[in-house]
Amino acid sequence: MTDVSVSPVAPAGPEPTRGPSQAPAPRGVAGERSLLDPGILRYAVVEAFKKLDPRTQVKNPVMFVVLVGTVVTFIESIAHSTLFSWSITIWLFLTVVFANFAEAMAEGRGKAQADTLRRMRSETEARRLDANGVETRVPASQLVKGDLVVCEAGDVIPSDGEIVEGVASVDESAITGESAPVIRESGGDRSAVTGGTKVLSDRIVVRITAEPGKTFLDRMIQLVEGAERQKTPNEIALTILLAVLTIVFLPVVVVLQPFGHYLGATVSVVILVSLLVCLIPTTIGALLSAIGIAGMDRLVQRNVLAMSGRAVEAAGDVQTLLLDKTGTITLGNRMADAFFPVGNHTEREVADAAQLASLADETPEGRSIVVLAKERFGIRERELTGPHEFVPFSATTRMSGLDLDGRQIRKGAAEAVRRWVTERGGTVPDWLDDIVDSISRQGATPLVVADGADILGVIELKDVVKQGIRERFAEMRTAGIRTVMITGDNPLTAAAIAQEAGVDDFLAEATPEAKLELIKAEQEGGRLVAMTGDGTNDAPALAQADVGVAMNTGTTAAKEAGNMVDLDSNPTKLITIVEIGKQLLITRGSLTTFSIANDVAKYFAIIPALFVATFPQLKTITIMKLHGPSDAVLAAVIFNALVIVALIPLALRGVKWRPSGAAAILRRNVWIYGVGGIIVPFIGIKLIDLFLTAVHWY
Amino acid sequence: MDFLWTIVVLVVVLAISWRYLGSYMAAVFDGRVQFLAWAERPFYRLLRTGPDQEQTWKRYATSLIVFSALFAALGYLLLRIQGSLPLNPQHLGAVPPGLSFNTAISFLTNTNWQNYGGEETMSYFSQIGVLTVQQFVSAAVGIAVAIALVRGFSRRGSDTIGNFWVDITRCMLYILLPIAFVAGIIVVSQGAVMTLAGTVTVHDSLNGVTQTIPRGPAGFMGPIMQLGTNGGGFFDVDLAHPFENPTGLTNLLYIVLTLSIPFSLTYTFGKMVKSVRAGAALLAAMVIIFGVWVGFTSYSEHQPNPAVAAAGVTAQPTGNMEGKEVRFGDTTSALFDVAMTQTSDGAVDGANDSYNAIGGFGLLSGMMLGEVTPGGVGSGLYTILLFAIVAVFIGGLMIGRTPEYLGKKIQAREVKLAGFGILVMPIVVLVLTGIAVSIHAGRAGPLNGGPHGFTEILYAFTSQTNNNGSAFAGLTGNHAFYNVVGSIAMLLGRFAIIVPSLALAGALAAKNIVSSSAGTFRTDNTMFVGLVVGVIIIVGGLTFFPAVALGPIATALSHKFYSVMPLLSHAGMAFSHLWAVLR
Repeated sequence: MTDVSVSPVAPAGPEPTRGPSQAPAPRGVAGERSLLDPGILRYAVVEAFKKLDPRTQVKNPVMFVVLVGTVVTFIESIAHSTLFSWSITIWLFLTVVFANFAEAMAEGRGKAQADTLRRMRSETEARRLDANGVETRVPASQLVKGDLVVCEAGDVIPSDGEIVEGVASVDESAITGESAPVIRESGGDRSAVTGGTKVLSDRIVVRITAEPGKTFLDRMIQLVEGAERQKTPNEIALTILLAVLTIVFLPVVVVLQPFGHYLGATVSVVILVSLLVCLIPTTIGALLSAIGIAGMDRLVQRNVLAMSGRAVEAAGDVQTLLLDKTGTITLGNRMADAFFPVGNHTEREVADAAQLASLADETPEGRSIVVLAKERFGIRERELTGPHEFVPFSATTRMSGLDLDGRQIRKGAAEAVRRWVTERGGTVPDWLDDIVDSISRQGATPLVVADGADILGVIELKDVVKQGIRERFAEMRTAGIRTVMITGDNPLTAAAIAQEAGVDDFLAEATPEAKLELIKAEQEGGRLVAMTGDGTNDAPALAQADVGVAMNTGTTAAKEAGNMVDLDSNPTKLITIVEIGKQLLITRGSLTTFSIANDVAKYFAIIPALFVATFPQLKTITIMKLHGPSDAVLAAVIFNALVIVALIPLALRGVKWRPSGAAAILRRNVWIYGVGGIIVPFIGIKLIDLFLTAVHWY
Repeated sequence: MDFLWTIVVLVVVLAISWRYLGSYMAAVFDGRVQFLAWAERPFYRLLRTGPDQEQTWKRYATSLIVFSALFAALGYLLLRIQGSLPLNPQHLGAVPPGLSFNTAISFLTNTNWQNYGGEETMSYFSQIGVLTVQQFVSAAVGIAVAIALVRGFSRRGSDTIGNFWVDITRCMLYILLPIAFVAGIIVVSQGAVMTLAGTVTVHDSLNGVTQTIPRGPAGFMGPIMQLGTNGGGFFDVDLAHPFENPTGLTNLLYIVLTLSIPFSLTYTFGKMVKSVRAGAALLAAMVIIFGVWVGFTSYSEHQPNPAVAAAGVTAQPTGNMEGKEVRFGDTTSALFDVAMTQTSDGAVDGANDSYNAIGGFGLLSGMMLGEVTPGGVGSGLYTILLFAIVAVFIGGLMIGRTPEYLGKKIQAREVKLAGFGILVMPIVVLVLTGIAVSIHAGRAGPLNGGPHGFTEILYAFTSQTNNNGSAFAGLTGNHAFYNVVGSIAMLLGRFAIIVPSLALAGALAAKNIVSSSAGTFRTDNTMFVGLVVGVIIIVGGLTFFPAVALGPIATALSHKFYSVMPLLSHAGMAFSHLWAVLR
């Protein structure tokens, strides 16, 4: 429906899918789940312990160090059993468990979604056609690429494919969550069908395009489960930074043993391990993978499937958005904007006739004519009392209207009405053509209104820019993202709409080649480009774009070329995708900053405790006035563990991103997570210390 | 008042040098200055290379290492056969193997750690032909690496980062030699000695003693040792010696020479990447830390020396003058020593060991921050760029974009190399200090025991790994252990940072430049300066806090040598008051 090759003045046909003007509710394939969903919690608790397997732990260098540290203090506790050493051991162990729990929470949400999907992938039987057209029933799992299958009303489509014959309405709610059926037909851009969806009417022959186990549904399950999760480039870079920080703190702590020895101080191994665990970035190390999984999950909740995490990250980097005009910037439908009378008729007469002709027209265009007539001239919708008959729109007449008391009122394409009038012996005024041409030239659609053989005038149907889209683009601009409108319209019309919508640039009379060229030019200039597309001719551009979002209604070629699929087929989603990409990176960056900033307070809690016995003068820097040396260390370790749990909701929901300039975002996050990260542990450790004192732990 | 004027003059002169020396250096390395092309050509012909023969980062690094190895070997050889070489009026014998090795490495790596007394160990030939030559060479190498890294930022989609041989030749001919020559004339005009004649013997009939006074070609060694942030002087007491640093003016000149190239290189950087503001941001980060350190170190030295006070001296109106030269004074000495410890120069015009606790901490911590404010010639710029990359990475993530610095995306490889380059120094310092305090040979080094002795060892390895070369004194370095382990520290501190920096240059040069927009992380504003300063302080603080707590802080707090450390205890009291209020 956003195919740019379609003539801009083509009459709007019935919409096969839900109009994008309806704001999509944030409802994923498995629906929204609360953070405290009991099922997920139960799963996460069990997984948190299962993940203690060293083979799993070693993948996360930071937490692996904590696990090794736990083992060391455990052995130390057995050798020299004290309440302190056991307390530390237990809290170090809990630190690892909490980290696992965070990851399992994020995974659990995906798992729940995957289960829902799996349930509908129940073994379906396929009706395979052989070369002679003979039908055999085989399990869907035996279908291979190229097989032909028949599906009739009531059948579940066994696998992904392309319709080679027939047309059918298909219920795709299983995948999109959208209950309204969609039309799928052979040839063109609506020929793709997805395995697991259900044929509601008619009969189609489908050529299978996916190998078993690699269907869209399979991929979707793997994606939401995180089974194929690979670390994204920024995640890898961050993991390296965390490894560097872990490596550098290792000697910092280890050399305290010889330093202390040289200075005649005995340094407890348990305290050294505690110090190490407190210093290495455990907070971000524990939450890093949860943040990544949750980011993908947020996309799934908005019905977007990213084929790779890399694409999600790239979305955060996008500097240019290519937006299709229809459906994204303007409403899919044109709206009546003006009445132009011809001959001796008045504008009011045109409006009156146009309204009559549209009374039965339930298309958005028809409704808009009725509304406009009411707004302009106060012509109310009337109850028709006399004998009347509605004439519906048909592809052959290309007109619709009303027969009332002998009047035959019609509205339709200029050519059709002209023929109708001429056939009835009427004359066509010369300047009708002028009006029709001038309307067409501006990219609007002219509908001619006639009463019998008499032409009354012309209705102008115009593109209507979506409400609030201008503000959205202004936000994008402050965030440094350029918006480019893609349209098949002529440059004049395009400029007018671009102006109205507030986009930064536009590409008029766009062909797939021109689109591809534009993307390449943007990338040449060092900008990342995101676009949406659905047609087969969009495929090259989708593949070239850094973020290519294919509409689920689109062709298989488009879906394969892009790196994301929007199940709602709502091109406005592109903006949401950019936001989620940014949020993902911001969450990682902010928690890293927080994690590192935390170290300052922990130093002040632990270092004096380490050596205060040898150098009583170090008491001066025990600025936190904690209960006692070991108490201080325990409080720091407990804080270190609890902060992971406290931050799980933030990791899963993500740090808020508001569209604003980089400087403003940075200032905000540095204050909250940097400065806050320094202050919070001072308070937290002190509170834990007060609590431990209150319960007479020592 | 004098101190204030010193600062004013320093700021004005450095501002001028930042703008003009900075842009001149950019022109030199871009090949836009050609007036000495006739002098360049013979070198290129000899090396069969030329400005049109660009090198990949690997070739650049290989050339650099081969060149450095040759000079180290040559230096070692010449020191070993010193006795048979000319210009040796004192007939000094061969320098012992361990010391020769340590010295050759020390001058090669721009460290100038001296386990010897210059006038008693080195012939004039060694001073000129080995040490002074190395001072030129090591400075040129440092600057070349910085320029190569800057090219990484300024080029797009390029395999190459310049030509090492061309860069050092140009650096030598257009920058180091002319400035050192002019400065040398000024220093000699102020009364520094410049002679090839041997020692003089004077009979002091008044006191009835005969003195042998060493002389030598010191006047022209000072300027390059400062200009190249080398810091290894002709005499044992370095720039405290009146023959090399005769007046307050030469003292100021030496500070200016030391700071001019490291600061100005930020302008060169800005000019070459076409964003002078980006260069100014790095300058600001350097100036902020440098300024704060000068401030509190000078303040500390303006306070009375508690040990002197304990000995019964009630009035110390001129501050802590213990170990300082009267012609320089307390605060200017502090300024000088902060400048030398934060530039990898390491020259001294007094005894660092006699500093008040906070002052001593100022000097030690200045080095622990990684010698980036402004750091050594070249090394300061390339190291602060590593910190800047880490700052950009964390900051960039916080705004929701793949971090980019000057249009170059900072990804896994860049983070790996920058992270490696940054962690080399603290790890080497801590591990080697740990080894030194654990084995007998290491423990035998310091003259003092307890935290102060520990500080002496820590200072030695911090100084050597940072290629600073300043000595806290109190440590007997000319032992096999300290000669060898110190050399390892110096080599790692130099080349284990240079190689990743060059690899980074290669990785960055190959990248495309991402265009900037309102959503781009700005690297030329106050916020970025704050982030860079934050990363430098936090990395330094987090890695060295425990060691410093056991060394200088424990010393400071112990009442044995010094009074309590006012800053930390004030902070502590403020916090406990705040806590009381909150509760």
